[in-house]
Amino acid sequence: MSNANGTMNLTLKVWRQKNAQTDGKFVTYKAENISPDMSFLEMLDVVNESLIHAKGEPIHFDHDCREGICGMCSLYINGRPHGPKRAITTCQLHMRSFTDGETITIEPWRAAAFPVVKDLAVDRSAFDRIQQAGGYISVNTGGVPDANEIPIPKVIADEAFNSATCIQCGACVAACKNASAMLFVSAKINQLALLPQGQPERYRRVQTMVAQMDHEGFGSCTNTGACEAECPKEITLTNIARMNFDFFSAKLFREEEVQEIDNN
Amino acid sequence: MSLDSKIPQGPLAEKWSKHKFNLKLVNPANKRKYNVIVVGTGLAGASAAASLAELGYNVTAFCFQDSPRRAHSIAAQGGINAAKNYRNDGDSVYRLFYDTIKGGDYRAREANVYRLAEVSVNIIDQCVAQGVPFAREYGGLLDNRSFGGAQVSRTFYARGQTGQQLLLGAFSALNRQIHEGKVKMYTRTEMLDVVVADGQAKGIITRNLKTGAIETHAGHAVLLATGGYSNVFFLSTNAIGSNVTAAWRAHKRGAYFANPCYTQIHPTCIPVSGDHQSKLTLMSESLRNDGRVWAPKTVEIAQKLRKGEIKIDQIKEEDRDYFLERKYPSFGNLVPRDVASRNAKEVADEGRGVGSSGLAVYLDFAESISRLGEDTVRAKYGNLFDMYYQITDENPYKQPMRIYPAVHYTMGGLWVDYNLSTNIQGLYALGEANFSDHGANRLGASALMQGLADGYFVIPYTLGDYLATIGPKPVDTSHPAFAQTKKDVEAYIAKLLSLRGNKTVVEYHRELGHIIWEYCGMARSEEGLIKARGLIQALKDDFWKNAIVMGENEEINASLERAGRVADFIELGALMIEDALDRRESCGGHFRLESQTPEGEALRDDDNFAYVAAWEYTGDNQPEVLHKEDLVYENVKLTQRSYK
Repeated sequence: MSNANGTMNLTLKVWRQKNAQTDGKFVTYKAENISPDMSFLEMLDVVNESLIHAKGEPIHFDHDCREGICGMCSLYINGRPHGPKRAITTCQLHMRSFTDGETITIEPWRAAAFPVVKDLAVDRSAFDRIQQAGGYISVNTGGVPDANEIPIPKVIADEAFNSATCIQCGACVAACKNASAMLFVSAKINQLALLPQGQPERYRRVQTMVAQMDHEGFGSCTNTGACEAECPKEITLTNIARMNFDFFSAKLFREEEVQEIDNN
Repeated sequence: MSLDSKIPQGPLAEKWSKHKFNLKLVNPANKRKYNVIVVGTGLAGASAAASLAELGYNVTAFCFQDSPRRAHSIAAQGGINAAKNYRNDGDSVYRLFYDTIKGGDYRAREANVYRLAEVSVNIIDQCVAQGVPFAREYGGLLDNRSFGGAQVSRTFYARGQTGQQLLLGAFSALNRQIHEGKVKMYTRTEMLDVVVADGQAKGIITRNLKTGAIETHAGHAVLLATGGYSNVFFLSTNAIGSNVTAAWRAHKRGAYFANPCYTQIHPTCIPVSGDHQSKLTLMSESLRNDGRVWAPKTVEIAQKLRKGEIKIDQIKEEDRDYFLERKYPSFGNLVPRDVASRNAKEVADEGRGVGSSGLAVYLDFAESISRLGEDTVRAKYGNLFDMYYQITDENPYKQPMRIYPAVHYTMGGLWVDYNLSTNIQGLYALGEANFSDHGANRLGASALMQGLADGYFVIPYTLGDYLATIGPKPVDTSHPAFAQTKKDVEAYIAKLLSLRGNKTVVEYHRELGHIIWEYCGMARSEEGLIKARGLIQALKDDFWKNAIVMGENEEINASLERAGRVADFIELGALMIEDALDRRESCGGHFRLESQTPEGEALRDDDNFAYVAAWEYTGDNQPEVLHKEDLVYENVKLTQRSYK
C-alpha cells in the first residue's frame, strides 16, 4: 500500500557478507519513492543504483530470468523464502505486497549445504551434484524409439509434470528448520520414477541420489511441511512419501546396493 | 575471405543424408584424444556437450549462471515444432520446411531449413526417451497445439513451460556425462575472448565470476552456444544476464556477424509499466490459439477508456476492432509474429491503444471461456494467467489481458556455414547465437527446435569432420596467442575498472535501449537510422569517459560484469544500425518505412537484397566490411508473403 504520492518509503535491513570466509552483518538502507508496481528485485535495483552513485558497493543478489522460471533468485524476506506470498518466486513479488513505512528484512538462504557466496547469494551447487549422481535416464542421443511408441496415461504424465516443475531454487531447504533437501530430491526422483522410461534405473537412482544428498550435509526430514508451504511451484509432500517408499523398497527387496559419492 | 556456405550438392531432400555420409569420422579410440570447448548450456550448448561426450570426446563446458539449468532456454513457454504429422492434418517435413522459409520472409538458406525440418522428428523422440513430460491426451499419446504462421498443429508442449522441460532433459543428459567424467563443467564462469592462432580457434579466455581469476582453456574446437542479443534493447524478454559478449568478442577476433538487424519483436508481452522496469515478460504465442486480439474501433472510445471514463465491458461488440481477424481472415490471430506486432503498433500509433500509456491492445479470452469453460482455459494456460496476474494485479479470467510487442529473439548472429562453422576454422556457433535458420523472422516454437537440432543432431556429425582433418595432436595453452589474448582481456578489465565517472552502466544500457527501440525497432527509416548512428557514437564516447564501474576484479563484481556486457552491446548496436541502413528493403522483422506494399505490409526487394549480410570487424571505430552470401532458391518460389 502506497502513500498519498502513490509511492512508498521503506527501510531495508540487508545481510551483507563479503564471502564465505568472513562474518556477515545486517546493514540498514532507505528505499525511497518506490512504486507499488515495481517488482521486489527492481526495488533492489533502485537501491543499488543509488549506492553506486554514492560510490558505495552494491548489494549482491542472484537473479536472472525475472519471470519465475530460472530459479536463480533466492531471497529470504521477512523470515520467509521468496517473501510473504504463496507460490511465487522473489522476482514475481511486487512492492504492492508491502506497506509504506514498512521495515523489510532481507537475508540469504541459511543452510550449511548452501554457503554464502556474497551478500545474499549462496552456493547451491550441491543440488547439481545430487542430480549428477543419478537424476537422469541413461539414453544416448539417437537410436531411441518413436515418441508415440510408449503411451503414458495422462494422469501419470501430469503427475510427472507436477514434479518436474521444480525450478531448483532451494526455497524448500531455506524454509526447513533442518535444512533438509528432501522435497527437491524427491521431486527430481519422482518425475522419473513415475514414467515408464524411468523404470529400468528406478531403484538405483533413488539410492545414489539420496546418498549424495546425505553426503552434501542437508538435514533430515521431520515432516513439518514447511517446504511444501513455501515452494514457489507448489511441489507436494507426496513426492517425499513416494521417494521414501522407493528407497525402502530398494533397500529391502533389491539386490543391487549402490553407494557412490561424488566429491567434486 | 570469400563466404563458402558449403551447402551440399544434390536434391534438397538428400543433401543432409549425402553430406553425413561424406563427412569424415573419428574412430572411437581416437575420440578421447580430443577436447571440445562448449560455451553456454542452454538447449544448444547442453545438448551439444552431452551428445559429444556420449560419443567419447572430452568436453569442457561453461556457463555464467550458478547452474547449467538456468540458461535462458528455460524460460521458453509455448512449445517445440516437429513434423511428426501425428494429427493427420497434412504436415510433412516439406511443409515445415516451407512454412519456415516463408515465415522467415525468404531470407534463410533452403538447405539449412530443410535439415532442421528433417531432424525435428528425432528431437521429440529423444526428449521423450529422456523423460520430458510433454502434454498427453487421455489415450496416452502426445498432444499438439497450433502456433503462428502454420495451418497444421505440429507444436509439442509441456503446459506453459516447454523450455524448462526440454532444458531439464538436456541438463540431465549433461549431468550424466559430468558424472561419467566426460564433461568438466565450469559454472559462474564467463567467456571473455577466443584464442585464435594460425587461423584456427584454439581455446578461450574466461573470468571466474566468484574470484575474478582470468583463466585460459585449450581445445581442438570451440563451440559458442551463447544465445541471442535481444538485451541490446535493454528491455526485452531475455534474462537480465543474457548477453552478446562471447559472440561479440569472437566477432572482434575475426568471426563474421550476420544479419544483425534481424530482430524479432514478439506481439504478446506485458506492456511497460514505468521507468523502473528491468525486463519485459512474454505471454506465450500459444495464447493466440484461444485469445482474440482487439482494440477500440475509434480514437474517441480509446481516449475515454484510457481516461477511465468508460470501462472495458461498456464497449459494445460492434465498437471492438478485431484487427487481425479483420485483415487476415485465413490466419486470423495466428499470423506470424512480425505481422501481429506491426499491426499492434499501427493501432497504437493511430491513438487506439489501451492502458494508461496507450501502448497496448487487448488479448481477450471471454469468448474461449464461455465456449470451453474457465477450467479448460485454466488447464491450458493457467501458469501464464497467474504470471500475468502477479505482474499487473489484473485478473485475465475477468478482463482481457493488455499486451504490447517486445523484443524477444534475434535471428541474426555469427555467420556459419552448413556445418555450423564460423569463418574461423574450429569456431562453431549453435542455436540462437548463429544466424542460419530463421531468415528475417522466426516462427513460434522454432527456437527450441533449432537449438536442439544443432546440439543433438547436427554438430555431432559436422564437428567430427573437422576434428578428423586436424588430427588428435594434444593441445595446450603454450602458444603465445594464449598469453597475448589473456593480457588483452586483463587490460580491458583494468580499463573498465578505471571508470569512476558519474553515470551507472545500467543508465547507459537503458539509454542505448531507447535509441535502438526508437530507430531500429518495429519500424526503421533512413533518416532515423542515420540519426541513431550519431547518437550511439556519442553514447559510446561518453561511456568510456563518464561511466562508473565499482569494485575490483578479484571478487564477485556484478558492476564489472554488466559494464563489459553493456560496452559490447553499444558496439553491436552500432553494427545493427549499419546493417539496417544497408538493407533498403523490408523483410520479416526488418521493416523499412521506405519499402512497403500499398496495404502496409513488408515489401521485399529480391533482386537487390536476397543475400546474407556478413560483417567483418576491422578495428575499433573503423567501418565494418560487408560480405554478401547470395541466397539461392531452387525449390521454393519467392512470393509476397500473404496471410490473408
